[in-house]
Amino acid sequence: MSKTAPMSPPPRAATIDLAKPEMKRTREGFGHGLVDLGERNPNVVVLVGDLSGSTNVNFFAERFPDRFVQVGIAEQNMMCVAAGLAAVGKIPYLATYGAFASCRSADQMRVTVAYTDLPVKIGGAHGGISVGPDGATHQAMEEIAIVRSIPNMRMIVPCDYYETRKATVAAADDPHPVYIRFGREPVPVVTDAETPFTIGKANTMREGRDLAIMACGVMVYEALVAAQALAAKGIEARVINLHTLKPIDAPVIVRAAEECGAIVTAEEHQIHGGLGGAVAEVVVRTRPVPMEFVAVHDRFGRSGKQDELMAAFGIKSPDILRAAERVLARKRGG
Amino acid sequence: MPRLDTGIEALRERALMVRRDIITLLARAQSGHSGGPLSSADLGTVLFFHEMNVDPDRLDDPGRDLWHFSIGHVTPVIYSLMAERGYFPLRDLLGFRSFEGHLQGHPSKHDTPGIEISSGSLGQGLSVSCGMALGSRMDGNPRRVYCVMGDGEQQEGQVWEAAMFAAHYKLDNLCGVIDYNRKQIDGDVQDVIGIAPLGDKWRSFGWHVVECDGHDVEGILRAFDEARATRGRPSVILAHTVMGKGVSFMEDDYRWHGVPPKPEQAEQALRELGTSLPEWTKRLESHAAKAIAPSANGAA
Repeated sequence: MSKTAPMSPPPRAATIDLAKPEMKRTREGFGHGLVDLGERNPNVVVLVGDLSGSTNVNFFAERFPDRFVQVGIAEQNMMCVAAGLAAVGKIPYLATYGAFASCRSADQMRVTVAYTDLPVKIGGAHGGISVGPDGATHQAMEEIAIVRSIPNMRMIVPCDYYETRKATVAAADDPHPVYIRFGREPVPVVTDAETPFTIGKANTMREGRDLAIMACGVMVYEALVAAQALAAKGIEARVINLHTLKPIDAPVIVRAAEECGAIVTAEEHQIHGGLGGAVAEVVVRTRPVPMEFVAVHDRFGRSGKQDELMAAFGIKSPDILRAAERVLARKRGG
Repeated sequence: MPRLDTGIEALRERALMVRRDIITLLARAQSGHSGGPLSSADLGTVLFFHEMNVDPDRLDDPGRDLWHFSIGHVTPVIYSLMAERGYFPLRDLLGFRSFEGHLQGHPSKHDTPGIEISSGSLGQGLSVSCGMALGSRMDGNPRRVYCVMGDGEQQEGQVWEAAMFAAHYKLDNLCGVIDYNRKQIDGDVQDVIGIAPLGDKWRSFGWHVVECDGHDVEGILRAFDEARATRGRPSVILAHTVMGKGVSFMEDDYRWHGVPPKPEQAEQALRELGTSLPEWTKRLESHAAKAIAPSANGAA
């Protein structure tokens, strides 16, 4: 692979004011994406487990009541009803909290949806610790590990409102089951309506060759902030938005390992089996380089505000900065 | 001729052939479930040879009725019914559960053409069938959806989530069938975790309940007629059956839930069913075309 290969698409983050970013909810991206789909595809139907407002599928329900299915508090039933709808030609999107979508109905997702390979689209809302005050039971931090271990599944963690909207729309054209994880609170906007989005194709957000920071979800913003701080010290970090965890964009990861020689991964997820693990699985088989992992270290969440939780769990930009310094020291052989 | 409307005597004959298939394929595989397949052989035969509009030559026919065995472990009866009906040659039954064959231990859509949805984890099928019934109604498709469940399976909570859902949405194009053989792998259902009074439970969930003798072909036919005529709510048929029906030493014995007959037991079972292991194996081996298998009169 040529070291001079052009990056595609070009870095997008230069125009964003990282100090005062626009804030928007990713779940609204999901809700608006469903309305986009409802208008263009009559086969799209939406199911919800008594969380219409929380997941913003209420936007779709108001526009397309005949294609909206309230299932009530019965996530296992909802997963399989969606499978049955898919079996008769519908493209069903179901919505509930990620903690329930990934765990409560995991057997249904594995056996009925994934083994049959039905195009069921799973919206996991309130992903990550940033849910805040609801505490550990509602803070989904295991979805990437669970979903990507199941054959046929696609796993997407969009970084902001626009990307969630685009991922929601793109999932309809994928013939396989797709899990989309999004959050509750407003998060920084780091892309725009024109930023390309393709399932399985990572977006390079910032160019650099001293190290690569690979992130998904809200951690893409944190990575960009860390990269800016590193740049002030003369260190150029490449920031890769790895929105699709499965199928993973191996060529982009391998190229980053070759060109940068050090990798930091950043995710709002347990350290076991998440984005860091997915990247490591590629790197150790191709171009082994020093890696550091910014993630939740094998513990349950707790109540608190979004920012104070992310700081307490070690997944804010200063944590990425420290991980970058560690990985650079290892790269230099220190 | 998608809907066969097979006569009563021919249905009885076909059910006997299905039982012979079940014993023969289990004897060959030396792996698999005996009890449930034998108890659901009669209701399955009525479904496949009379009640349902299906065409094995047109698997994606949009007008077809949909069937789903939520009890994935009864593959011996599912595969026998499919082969007898012409989904694949009877010969394939001899590859049941083998690495080379296309007949997995539990139904797999991508291995066996004609299986609508893979299954094997109990309690999920009625939910799947609800989705099929609701989606069909959204499209104005008049098809019916049939879901065969076990009585032990009624212990799964998801069955009752689906029961609430189907009644709420008034899915009268959905018909549940429960193979009520009163046995499960650990013993009598009432001893393991009681499910009685099962009919009252379904009625209280808003379903139309039909009860029948699950080995009386005429009774099963009447039950399906009644379910089809019921409007405004889903129907469930409680088919009272006997585990291991048709083989004296298997009948009503829970220990036959999940094991196959040994070769000498298979010989005895097939003698009771009016044939022999070599004779019935030969019938299966000689049927290599995808077509409705010859009748008992012609082959047995």
